[in-house]
Amino acid sequence: MTAIPTQHGYVGRPVPRVEDAALLTGSARYADDLPVKPGTLHAAILRSPHAHAELLGIDTAAARTVPGVAAVITGEEAKRFSSPFLVGVKAPMEHWCLAVDRVRYVGEPVAVVLADSRYVAEDALDRIGARYRPLPPVMTFDQAFDAASEPLHPALGSNLVNRRDFTYGDVDGAFAAANWRVSVEVEFPRNSCTPMECFVVLADFDAAEGGYEVLSNFSGPFAVHPVMARALKVPGSKLRLKSPPHSGGSFGNKQAVFPYIVLMGVCARATGRPVKWVEDRLEHLMAATSATARRMALEAAVAADGRVLALRMEQTEDCGAYLRAPEPASLYRNHGNLTGAYDIPTLSVVNRIVLTNKTPTGLNRGFGGGQLYYGLERLMHRVAVELGLDPLDVIRRNLVPAAAMPHATASGGSLDSGDFHACLEEAVERGDLEGLKAKRDAARAEGRLYGIGYAAVVEPSVSNMGYITTVLTAEERRKAGPKNGAQASATVAVDPTGGVSVSVESVPQGQGHRTVLAQVAADVFGLPMEQITVVTDFDTAKDAWSIAAGNYSSRFAGAVAGTAHLAATRLRDRMARLAAPQLNVAAEELVFAGGKVFAAGNPDNALSFSRVAAAGHWSPGTLPDGQEAALRETVFWTPEPLKAPTDADHINSSACYGFIIDFCGVEVDRDTGRVRIDRYVTMHDAGRILNPLLAEGQIQGGFAHAVGAALYEEYAYGDDGRFLSGTFADYLVPTACEVPVPVILHRESPSPVTPLGAKGVGEGNCMSTPVCLANAVADALGVETVTLPLTPHRVAALIHGEEPPRPAGSTAPARPAAATGKPGGRGLTGEGSRAVPATPEQVWAILLDPKELAALLPGCEALDLVGPNAYRAEVVVGVGPVRGRYVAEVALSDLDPPNSLTLSGSGSSALGTGRGSGHVTLERHGDGTLVTYRYTAEVGGKVAAVGGRMLDSAARLIIGQFFDKLIARAGGPEAVPERPSLLARLLRLLGIRP
Amino acid sequence: MTALAAGTRHPVTITLNGQPRTGHAHPRTLLSDFLRHELGAHSTRVGCEHGVCGACTVRIDGVAQRACLTLAVQVDGRRVDTVEGLAREGRMTALQDAFHRHHALQCGFCTAGILMSLADWLVRVPKPTEAELRDMLSGHLCRCTGYAAIVRAVMDVTGQTTESVHV
Ligand code: FES
Ligand code: FES
Repeated sequence: MTAIPTQHGYVGRPVPRVEDAALLTGSARYADDLPVKPGTLHAAILRSPHAHAELLGIDTAAARTVPGVAAVITGEEAKRFSSPFLVGVKAPMEHWCLAVDRVRYVGEPVAVVLADSRYVAEDALDRIGARYRPLPPVMTFDQAFDAASEPLHPALGSNLVNRRDFTYGDVDGAFAAANWRVSVEVEFPRNSCTPMECFVVLADFDAAEGGYEVLSNFSGPFAVHPVMARALKVPGSKLRLKSPPHSGGSFGNKQAVFPYIVLMGVCARATGRPVKWVEDRLEHLMAATSATARRMALEAAVAADGRVLALRMEQTEDCGAYLRAPEPASLYRNHGNLTGAYDIPTLSVVNRIVLTNKTPTGLNRGFGGGQLYYGLERLMHRVAVELGLDPLDVIRRNLVPAAAMPHATASGGSLDSGDFHACLEEAVERGDLEGLKAKRDAARAEGRLYGIGYAAVVEPSVSNMGYITTVLTAEERRKAGPKNGAQASATVAVDPTGGVSVSVESVPQGQGHRTVLAQVAADVFGLPMEQITVVTDFDTAKDAWSIAAGNYSSRFAGAVAGTAHLAATRLRDRMARLAAPQLNVAAEELVFAGGKVFAAGNPDNALSFSRVAAAGHWSPGTLPDGQEAALRETVFWTPEPLKAPTDADHINSSACYGFIIDFCGVEVDRDTGRVRIDRYVTMHDAGRILNPLLAEGQIQGGFAHAVGAALYEEYAYGDDGRFLSGTFADYLVPTACEVPVPVILHRESPSPVTPLGAKGVGEGNCMSTPVCLANAVADALGVETVTLPLTPHRVAALIHGEEPPRPAGSTAPARPAAATGKPGGRGLTGEGSRAVPATPEQVWAILLDPKELAALLPGCEALDLVGPNAYRAEVVVGVGPVRGRYVAEVALSDLDPPNSLTLSGSGSSALGTGRGSGHVTLERHGDGTLVTYRYTAEVGGKVAAVGGRMLDSAARLIIGQFFDKLIARAGGPEAVPERPSLLARLLRLLGIRP
Repeated sequence: MTALAAGTRHPVTITLNGQPRTGHAHPRTLLSDFLRHELGAHSTRVGCEHGVCGACTVRIDGVAQRACLTLAVQVDGRRVDTVEGLAREGRMTALQDAFHRHHALQCGFCTAGILMSLADWLVRVPKPTEAELRDMLSGHLCRCTGYAAIVRAVMDVTGQTTESVHV
């Protein structure tokens, strides 16, 4: 590995990471690589195929008989061993770790199979019979607001969970006096930074101690630890949570593993055995977590020069099916910086939280910021357009001036430091905005669609643990007790050989915290970095922590690294007092450098660092009176400016605020609507940079996430609630071909608030970049409204208008086609015909004979007559990567022997649900029969989420197989009649029951 | 082709990073699971199990392939190389070292797969252009790095410098 020179200290230098060797050689252990206890059971989770349904019952008997299955856990056990999760807003809403009597989103856990292996557990999922009564799903903001919509939580009576109105200053007065009013309405979509490693939980219950021990890749915030302990009905000390040495990314998402910690705890307790669960990608995309979708309406009162005098803001947050801790964090995290980087003196806000039948939301890189700034920076762009001003001038005229720092925002934030104007001018200069403008003009002169976008934001870091309580009224807060601060902790110890170890509660997810902490400690002790060991795998039973612990809200550089610096400094000062008598100088005069401790003016009067360390351990009795020898120091630190919300709802929601100014040039392909990022410039002031190499990595990674959010990624749902983005072929994460290299610029103005002057740097581009790209696309197209993600389909619609529907009758015979009836859904329609060498009477006889029919239906394992013209069928169907056993009820109607019939039915499997009908006609054709079919069907659940793109070809395949068999059967020695309900068969196979 | 009984575990012997290793696998056991949980070669990561993310990429008889789309029994008698075998006697290869210097990895979950693809590809394309490299890398998803540092590391180790078109 690279040798690192020590002379000028490590902090602030681009030191390569100490983490890398284990990761590059493969020896690093993530949660799924750690040993499991003998006898560990492997869990697979049965998930709801319905967005909204009553859960009528679960039949687990068949699943229990599968060899290797130890137990099947349902809501019964959840009720016995756990209680519902606490909710941050007082509302009668029960969220259990397993559905109890209702399911509220596709993918909600319904039952858990515990078996000797994951493979067997998944087999047994197919054998569970869960019965549902579907309810109308609530999928959109409008539906959630509709008083007639089905309430997700009947006791709540409405899907609007919370509304708060805030007024800061004389907003109406400012609007009355203003020359101009500019407004925008925007919606920010659901998406997720989805890390490469999914969730992992290993849970064990010690019946003798009455305590749980869980290892998981939970990332914090540990404010959720009490929520988990409460749900498991134990004191916090009886829920020992550990984290593995390495984690495969989080970006906030791994906060959402916590319900599964409780679920697997329940499973371990119910079975009396250790349990392991590894989430798969479909589960993660479908049901882990999501950024909030937000609808915003903003209106600005604007002076003629573009200065914004007042802002009216309405935000509605879609938090999914449950308000899950720490939500409503996404809505309130930026409450202190709702006016962004601007000096806007008056502000009114209406915040609403609604529930929909979608996956519960949670932390996601930049949480709340991407949403807020999408509204605010689209508004600033519109101010420029509507007043005929240069967008950059509008930004300039509104930025908080350097002289005003620290600046108190209208809503109570305290922007701690920075010279925003200087950043802007430097970005313009070094990022060559003039060159970009020239390029745009040249492109436009050629008739190409080229636009420039801008965005200016403040990037909050180190969240105030009290900000979420802004969702409560002052009265409610008084009752609940004040919440504030952001405690970070760090422990530094020196061992008898002079080795230094540092441990913190930051639960890193790949950022390189170990490297930075080694830099910090090495500088304090004057040691080479190799002598510092940093331990970041975390154990709530042994490590120092508090509720703010964890990896979120960019708290590491500002809070955790700073706290480690405080602990190391305190320990070094103690060592100085130990060494001082031996060197015969005052402790204050001692210097720690080059592995030695010496008097400032006399480097020869020295002790080796290890010698001083040994003294602390081997001869504590010989120390001067009152001197503490312990070479271990734990420091808890909380930023001073973080108070609870005031009675007037002022809240400084974060300890520090970085500044970002971005601009970019994009070109839109006029034919395809594809957006190409031509140049992207991002200027950051993130306070003091502790390691420029890592800071650059954070910015590039955040930028890539933002490119995904802006151009490609969206959690898509059908309007019946089906989830449609269950694979990486459906949820499009940008690859190396889609992410350009941004020009990254820095200015450093140290934060006066944090011990090392550092601020967060990793989330900012997830806040600034989506809107900067959107502004550029709006500029390129000259349109008022753009919608994320800016996929070619959407952008092309802005250029050419919506694509007309497929002309009627354009479907080729015998070729099923994706239906367009349900926008975004997985509907199927198809029609076709085949000639069969048998008379219509013979074909009819086959179709109506359950035995014959069963033999012809591909994958049919059982077909029983359950009533007149009614069947119960069991069919195994594979579509793309998934396979499932469907149990379907099929009815034949409109029987007109031997001419026509209608099949209709519905069924379900672990793969999801299906419903459909088909019409079959038999026409005499020479000696044979022409069988013509037409069907429509809808599928939901897993098969829709992951197999959607393959339904078409699967349908074709199955129909083909059916006819081949029918023809063989009809043309065989017995010349039996034709095949029936092939259509039914095929629909069934698809999960659609005919 | 011999039919293997579905309910039975069959012996599978491979040459894993130069060493003969034998384990047992059901016919449906994925190579990724076999390597990780049967042989303990856990450096092969699983990010999607549907062939898109590339995290599970290993070399089978030298050719980079998805272990999540391969059955363990298919590789019986063949050579399988994983990232554990790249470094020799604790010395990282030039490629690994370039990843380190350029900070081409963060959480590292995608890294083993990318290194295995590159180890195969760079033999055939020793001096790729940036566009060729990005095209090849598009078979791998990385959520942490934004790919820029990966591109830099590879261009560096192939004796080239990247001039990003964007700067
Ligand atoms: S795990 Fe094999 S490609 Fe994703
Ligand atoms: S380094 Fe984390 S996914 Fe690539």
